[in-house]
Amino acid sequence: MTGRQNYTFVLIGIIAALIIAMFISVFASSFPDGLEKVAENLGFINKAEQVVPESAFLIPDYVFGGVENEFWQTSLAGLSGVLIILAVFGAVYLIYKAAGKKK
Amino acid sequence: MHIPDGFVDLKTAISTGVVSAGGLAAAIYKVKSYFKAKVIALMGVMSALIFALQMINFSIPGGTSGHLLGGALAAIVLGPSAGVVVIVVVLIVQAFIFMDGGIIALGANIFNMAIIGVYGSYLIYWLISKTSKSRIIFFTAVALASWISVVVASFFAALELGISGTYAMGTTLKAMTGIHAIIGIGEAIITVAVIAFINKVRPDLILTRKGDLR
Repeated sequence: MTGRQNYTFVLIGIIAALIIAMFISVFASSFPDGLEKVAENLGFINKAEQVVPESAFLIPDYVFGGVENEFWQTSLAGLSGVLIILAVFGAVYLIYKAAGKKK
Repeated sequence: MHIPDGFVDLKTAISTGVVSAGGLAAAIYKVKSYFKAKVIALMGVMSALIFALQMINFSIPGGTSGHLLGGALAAIVLGPSAGVVVIVVVLIVQAFIFMDGGIIALGANIFNMAIIGVYGSYLIYWLISKTSKSRIIFFTAVALASWISVVVASFFAALELGISGTYAMGTTLKAMTGIHAIIGIGEAIITVAVIAFINKVRPDLILTRKGDLR
């Protein structure tokens, strides 16, 4: 990062993402989304298949396993998602830095 | 609009997958030309923010919900190439960690929401915003680009379902674009709000905008 202002902006963005994913997400509407609704109305929702078993997923359906409380199931799922994505770009950043040093 | 497995057949999954892989490769190649520490950091924040915002389903009339897709937001702030990468990362994490969107259907979902959603919205934004540098035109371009990106993405999703023989093409197209014409309004409101905020605190970080707004 260059400059203190950029650092502040990135920090604000990360905090906003965490607040939204952890505390606002629990108020999300549980109605079916547009595609699910169309599939229900037209009657092809049952064509959906589970190709990979649910147990293979770390956090299926945004439900963080291991906690009973519904609020924290969603909240921790949101936290995990934000951290995983930041980790992906963090890794890209480190590779970029390492590649720069070699030149 | 994440398509689950079973809604698209193998030929549709493979062809959209091949196009998506090509689109992603082209986007990465392009992004590398202006790759800087700052751009990587902004892409990471944008990707995390869009993931978070995608969790917020809002209700629309008729017992349906929608959520932000973020293609227009990412494209307008970071440019279309970085935008594609940002959305693809969100979609891959959703599919492999959260079971949101199918694994076989991932190529189709990337095609609809990342490739079409980003480049489609950017085209609309570019066409409108180049006509004038006024603030009104800029935000009109942002709003229209976001709305259209959702409707066009839903059109392609319906097209893929139709080609796969999941349901009659005409009916699916009409139902999908109709419902997403309403969901797209939510996309436009959220995108305008986020971009208005960035424009207020750090207008220089809206990378697709050259010069100051009047």
